[in-house]
Amino acid sequence: MPTPVLMPALSPTMEKGNLAKWLKKEGETVKSGDVIAEIETDKATMEVEAVDEGTLGKILVPEGTNDVAVNTPIAMILGEGEDASAINDAAPAAGKGQAASKSDGQSAKPAQQQKGQESAPPAAPDQPTAKEAREPAQPKSAVAAPPKPETVPEPDVPEGTEMVNMTVREALRDAMAEEMRRDQSVFVMGEEVAEYQGAYKVTQGLLQEFGALRVIDTPITEHGFAGLGIGAAMNALKPVIEFMTFNFALQAMDQIINSAAKTRYMSGGKMASSVVFRGPNGPAARVAAQHSHDFTAWYSHIPGLKVIAPYTAADAKGLLKSAIRDPNPVIFLENEILYGQSFPVPKLADYLVPIGRAKIVRSGSDVTIVAWSMGMTYALKAAEQLAKDSINAEVIDLRTLRPMDIETVVGSVKKTGRIVTVEEGFRQSGVGAEIAARVLEEVFDWLDAPVARVTGKDVPMPYAANLEKLALPSVAEVVEAAKALCYR
Amino acid sequence: MAVADTRQPTQAATGNKAPPGDAPKKTPAPPELGKEQELSAFRLMLLIRRFEEKAGQLYGMGLIGGFCHLYIGQEAVVVGMQLTLKEGDEVITGYRDHGHMLACGMDPKGVMAELTGRQHGYSKGKGGSMHMFSVEKGFFGGHGIVGAQVPLGTGLAFSNRYRGNDNVSLTYLGDGAANQGQVYESFNMAKLWKLPVVYVIENNQYGMGTSVARASATTNLSQRGRSFDIPGEQVDGMDVRAVHAAGEKAVNWCRAGNGPMILEMMTYRYRGHSMSDPAKYRPKEEVDKMRAEHDPIEQVRARLLAKKGASEDALKKMDTEVRGVINEAAEFATQDAEPNPSELYTDVYA
Repeated sequence: MPTPVLMPALSPTMEKGNLAKWLKKEGETVKSGDVIAEIETDKATMEVEAVDEGTLGKILVPEGTNDVAVNTPIAMILGEGEDASAINDAAPAAGKGQAASKSDGQSAKPAQQQKGQESAPPAAPDQPTAKEAREPAQPKSAVAAPPKPETVPEPDVPEGTEMVNMTVREALRDAMAEEMRRDQSVFVMGEEVAEYQGAYKVTQGLLQEFGALRVIDTPITEHGFAGLGIGAAMNALKPVIEFMTFNFALQAMDQIINSAAKTRYMSGGKMASSVVFRGPNGPAARVAAQHSHDFTAWYSHIPGLKVIAPYTAADAKGLLKSAIRDPNPVIFLENEILYGQSFPVPKLADYLVPIGRAKIVRSGSDVTIVAWSMGMTYALKAAEQLAKDSINAEVIDLRTLRPMDIETVVGSVKKTGRIVTVEEGFRQSGVGAEIAARVLEEVFDWLDAPVARVTGKDVPMPYAANLEKLALPSVAEVVEAAKALCYR
Repeated sequence: MAVADTRQPTQAATGNKAPPGDAPKKTPAPPELGKEQELSAFRLMLLIRRFEEKAGQLYGMGLIGGFCHLYIGQEAVVVGMQLTLKEGDEVITGYRDHGHMLACGMDPKGVMAELTGRQHGYSKGKGGSMHMFSVEKGFFGGHGIVGAQVPLGTGLAFSNRYRGNDNVSLTYLGDGAANQGQVYESFNMAKLWKLPVVYVIENNQYGMGTSVARASATTNLSQRGRSFDIPGEQVDGMDVRAVHAAGEKAVNWCRAGNGPMILEMMTYRYRGHSMSDPAKYRPKEEVDKMRAEHDPIEQVRARLLAKKGASEDALKKMDTEVRGVINEAAEFATQDAEPNPSELYTDVYA
């Protein structure tokens, strides 16, 4: 049966083109790869190659014809033993185009015409999803809503459990050590994590216990070792990658976003990376703009990442252990200033805190204050001061930024009718902006005052001590914002 | 032992200023492949060629959208390298990746259905031409950002060393990616930690529309590992025998624990960078000359007929069989349904 040659689309946007020139004449033999014609598109002149072999039986669109629509038959190719008389039989069918098979003459429809087709396609031998193929396609309106993140409830710490005071730094180290004892595929990699014992001493003692194969000093190449870690994770290892600070992770951003966050989706679930990127994030003390920057909002923007920013040592430990076990890429944002602060941590063999759950750390009825990581220090002190003025603040430690436990926040706002967010990051497109939008969307009618945001100022972090202090949020600003909401 | 030679590449180590489009330099005649190996290489190259021709056709009909980078002309590279691998070895590449998938044994139906964005595509239609994966077949993608696969492939090699096995990561990159900073970060770590990775630079002489000479301060890319003491070699990437011989040497070098090696495959793509590229940056004669004199498939066909006692009929039969496989794949890919709308929100998280 003669095979039609169709006017090809030669760019994603092309709808028609000019047939500039035929390079083969009727009656000439063509084989795969031969250039048979030149087509002018809106951008360039392109060559058309033959895919099928045979004889150019008939030219249907003469050269010099303008505005030939894509998929119009422009010529017929005769197979072995066919002559031109076969063309007349075939020509009417050719208009629909022939995609797949020249043996059965089955016409293929362009993709847009195929939506919602009912016919069951042949099963692909290598694919496990043949069952889905038999299910009729659902209409467009059946688009599912984004799934609610599933989280497990926080396990109760058994009564009588001994609480041990430890620093955030020690809690993080213990979390890594416990997970490395538990799972041979967990390893720690980063700058100065091994011999030097960690630039901030978070990995202290790990080299001595686990050896150089599992505690690895890298060269100063964030882009490279982030990618290397993700590659190892794609091959089923579980890397914990330390950035000396998250300021330097900007160098690795392409690997974190494009390789780690997107691969599970782009592979239809066939490949992914279970990897933790951790290190100090946010303003440190007197190190100026390049070394003092909160990136929480950046990461929380990206589907495919989980983003955690703990405040207490107990949460640091329990959440890091959960992060290492999580099958998804996790951004674990620590804070340099919190490393040395001590908190009680339950003495349990395997203390896990679920990812994606906020915690009400102080109950109140007049105003909700939402914070996380370093922001909690401002929030808690502000709540104490507000209490002296008989304003009873409820303080929520968000702990995880993505998936965000907005239900806990919304539940609190229903009670208080007022909310202040606190973060060290910039105001525009910050996490507070997201919380404000979600509160407006979900509990607008419960609000007694506008949402208030206390944030870092809209400037690169200055070095001078007085300016740095001004650039950061303060307890006073939180108190002032809360009072304003309470009309006090 | 042959491995020692790898430190002294046969090609001139400095300043290969040959203009792009010159025929690849002939290395001393590479060892012949056996008839069976040559036949299977012939069939696999043909499968890739016919697949890509069909993909081009479906693109022309509007059935494939967006970007589509064809591998036509470069088939000998991936087919020759694949002959050197064993179970558990890893393959990873950039976005000109259809040939690598087929060489790894992935199903042409699933690959084609991904190109058409259908539900039984390898990535359920969510990845497209540049993003398919099959860990079972040792294929780790399919990556769309130029050079990003190089640290990833180095990480695959890291996992082999971590586990103490003797598997090797074949990490493919193009001449364009060879100028990316992360490639050198990877070279450094690979050598520092003696990771079993062969960096296969597929030098098809153009990074999109820019020739190697216009983009690269040094054009002998096989020597780009010199600062790290990584041996490298230029190979006639149009000759599957030469690819196989060099590949075997490099893979054995890595398996033996010697660390990484670089192979620069001198190859050529017949088509434009992507479907909408008219390739006006190179003379037509250059393309014609490569096709006429160095076609990787025709070279094998000629040897099979002249030296290996294969008949025209047998080869033609093979071509017909391959066309059948491809037509079936295209048929499948055009009849399969688009992904169910409910798939929009799946596979973001586990």
